[in-house]
Amino acid sequence: MWAHYLPRLVLYVAIGSVLVGLDVGLPRLLNAYLVQILVFVACNIVLATSLNLINGIAGQFSIGHAGFMAIGAYATAWLSTTHGQRLLAPYEGQRLEPLLIVAYLVVLMFLGGLAAALGGLLIGLPSLRLRGDYLAIATLGFGEIIRVLLLNLEPVGGATGLRGIPQYSSLFLVLVAAVVTVAALHNLGNSVHGRSLLAIREDETAAEALGIDCAHYKTSAFVIGAFFAGVAGCLYAHYTQFIHPRSFDFMKSIELVLIVVLGGGNLRSVILAAVAITLLPEGLRLVKGALHLPFDPRMAIYSALLIAAMLVRRERVLQAVLPGRKGGGLRE
Amino acid sequence: MSQQLINAISLGAVYALIALGYTMVYGVLRLINFAHGEVFMVGSFIGLAALSVFHLPFALAVLVAMVGAALLGAVIERGAYRPLRSAPRLAALITAIGVSLLLQNLGMLILGAAPRAYPPAIDPAPIAWLEERAGVVVTRQQVVILAATAAILAGLSLIVSRTKIGKAMRAVSEDRQAAQLMGINVDRVIAFTFCLGSAIAGAGGVFYGVYYGTADPLMGLMPGIKAFVAAVLGGIGSVPGAMLGALLMGLVETGVSSVTLRVSPSLVLTGSTLRDAVAFAVLIAILLLRPAGLLGRPGREKV
Amino acid sequence: MDSVSDPALLTLESCTVSFGGLIAVDELSLQVRPGELVSLIGPNGAGKTTVFNAITGVYPLARGDIRLEGTPLGGLPPHRVARLGVARTFQNIRLFRGLTVLDNLRAAMHHGSDYDLLRAALRSRRWAATEARLQAKARELLGLFELEGRAEEPAGSLPYGEQRRLEIVRALATGPRLLLLDEPAAGMNPAETQRLMDLIRSLIERFSLTILLIEHDMRLVMGVSDRVVVLNHGREIAAGTPQQIAGDPAVIEAYLGEPTH
Ligand SMILES: Nc1ncnc2c1ncn2[C@@H]1O[C@H](COP(=O)(O)OP(=O)(O)OP(=O)(O)O)[C@@H](O)[C@H]1O
Ligand SMILES: [Mg+2]
Repeated sequence: MWAHYLPRLVLYVAIGSVLVGLDVGLPRLLNAYLVQILVFVACNIVLATSLNLINGIAGQFSIGHAGFMAIGAYATAWLSTTHGQRLLAPYEGQRLEPLLIVAYLVVLMFLGGLAAALGGLLIGLPSLRLRGDYLAIATLGFGEIIRVLLLNLEPVGGATGLRGIPQYSSLFLVLVAAVVTVAALHNLGNSVHGRSLLAIREDETAAEALGIDCAHYKTSAFVIGAFFAGVAGCLYAHYTQFIHPRSFDFMKSIELVLIVVLGGGNLRSVILAAVAITLLPEGLRLVKGALHLPFDPRMAIYSALLIAAMLVRRERVLQAVLPGRKGGGLRE
Repeated sequence: MSQQLINAISLGAVYALIALGYTMVYGVLRLINFAHGEVFMVGSFIGLAALSVFHLPFALAVLVAMVGAALLGAVIERGAYRPLRSAPRLAALITAIGVSLLLQNLGMLILGAAPRAYPPAIDPAPIAWLEERAGVVVTRQQVVILAATAAILAGLSLIVSRTKIGKAMRAVSEDRQAAQLMGINVDRVIAFTFCLGSAIAGAGGVFYGVYYGTADPLMGLMPGIKAFVAAVLGGIGSVPGAMLGALLMGLVETGVSSVTLRVSPSLVLTGSTLRDAVAFAVLIAILLLRPAGLLGRPGREKV
Repeated sequence: MDSVSDPALLTLESCTVSFGGLIAVDELSLQVRPGELVSLIGPNGAGKTTVFNAITGVYPLARGDIRLEGTPLGGLPPHRVARLGVARTFQNIRLFRGLTVLDNLRAAMHHGSDYDLLRAALRSRRWAATEARLQAKARELLGLFELEGRAEEPAGSLPYGEQRRLEIVRALATGPRLLLLDEPAAGMNPAETQRLMDLIRSLIERFSLTILLIEHDMRLVMGVSDRVVVLNHGREIAAGTPQQIAGDPAVIEAYLGEPTH
């Protein structure tokens, strides 16, 4: 028993101590702005690796991932502003408070993940009937419908956004969440379940003929991917303390697709791409200030990168991300 | 009621002009040309320039916009889609999304994000005698747009059914490999289809601009998506299907814009919000219930 | 229903499959007994592949009934049919081209696993034990088909003959009772075909299999089959031992083309 788990336990304790060290040390070394960027990087790692499960591993093209993040963010932010803060108020300033907050946030992440997973179930169901380009449009529609609903939902602020969310999350917790997500998704990929998803990506008909329940697995991919996106949404909301439907629009979904495409489906490259793409707008912010650009150039750059990735690196990228055989339409 | 109908048909006409491009390109290439809405936008701006900078007459401005849009369509096909012809379909789809976003953002870079006023090239006043006799408000704009749309659609039908290249288009839609074996130059047919679809969308862009009085770099987004839904609704790949679907989308959208949906006291959806959401709802419903669309032929994958 | 009153492993009873107006399989009845190797032959477009697709649940039956040891298969989705012990290969090879040879096999053995998603995510001890077992079994199967040297290569990079062999091993990896082979010798040279013929015969013993084979190579068919069923236009036009079939005038006519009406 111990022989099997001990090496990993040691590894995790080591990673944990490094993270604690970062959490204690970094705020002293870095200013709040840089810490916030690191939080965004970690959130995007969670989001991109979970989208990679849907797009890269299961081969179900989804361009509505920000919708799942929105569900997790809004559901938990609403819970915190209406109930959570009141629940924790009596312990304010007490020694137990930090511990309680962490416990509360862990429960909250789970709830946010579940809420988003429910959305994943909802969109996973059409994926049973739809393939390729049609599925992409359906997920796009899903993301847009979520955004439109949130814009009109007054209890969560509607078009003015939701303010005053308590800052329960921290760099440490977000980094832990990123490590746990990456580890879980990596292990999943290395199991019969992950291989079933890969088989579906490669050839659904052949996978079915081998006894793989494609409907079940495709839905699972959406549910699990959405769960982690919901967790990321919860952490994001409880760090920035303000969320707006704009934060989860089509551009966010495209940003995540771009990360997965640049990463070529490989988990390590996806993480690297997530870091690069999250840092990109921060770099651009400096350029923008210098050039006095009248608008946000991010989307233009994302789209140019997307096209370039497809045209230039297509052999390498596609072999990893996309099914090897032509296919995936309603009619061949 | 008949007033609503006339507005719905006018809107449907513009959607039809965009939807045809989606459906024809899908027919020959099995690709959803995400950038098609942006071709519509560029066409609209070319028309705007022709009208307000060069003071061309309306008909000539439409023609210029059609030519410009056709060129853009050809460039997109050549530069972005042809290199991916043999790649998996999702690769082309991702590229198409990229092209669409790139054009939107280049538009914003060059033209700015603010909407521009479109010159009232056609008298927007209601036709007096119709209002007196029948009590419905029909503007001269609506009449001209409907007549021009009808003419374009008739021209398209002629091209597809009578000309050599039209027949080649149908052959490629049916079975690209077989068409190639029969000596049809598939590359040329695909390029022509892009040009044709883009030209029609360009005309739609001018009509839309004249009808609503503005143009902006993001104007292709929602009409593009709705026209796509129309094409799917009618059965993607089917030309009459696209026209029928567009008409239905015009009806649905005009229908819901006067509705206020009170889901709960805290969630009230007004017509303007519903109008966009309903397009997606129609799409998801049709894909689940009848994926081949109203006039499409259902097909089963050969194993 | 016990095995004495119904000795057949697979039973097709007046099965009809149609595509729109086209009737691809027409009132076909067929029985395959355990341990038998039955070949399905016929000219192009006769409906042979469609029979496989009907058995495996890819296409629905318009009429008729298919049973596996008395269990009706009608209406079951393909993965349920597969889990009942029916495995197949495809006429136009459908490997998981981007996955390694080993992973092609391991993907086929997924229902031999006994750990859930959570255990997979945590890499539990059961995960480790099961993975080790699957890996060993996969390598053993690859060895049988002389593919062990290719284990780590992407399936799509294999030469054609090896791809065909891999597809057969992948089907075997599901642990089937009934194996459906759709033109396994297509594109092989005579020497390869001969080796394949020996291999197929040996499978029956070794895995206590029953095989239904579609094949155009008459030498292969005549060499391995216990019985042959001939289809034309979706109908059975002849059935019997290879010797009986070889002399049947209806069969010769079907293959040489119909006389002008
Ligand atoms: N999915 C499908 N949709 C429409 N028609 C089909 C489909 N699948 C098969 N058919 C038709 O059914 C008939 C039988 O086809 P099938 O593939 O079963 O023939 P086959 O005997 O396997 O021929 P071959 O020796 O060429 O493989 C053919 O006319 C074929 O065109
Ligand atoms: Mg066949």
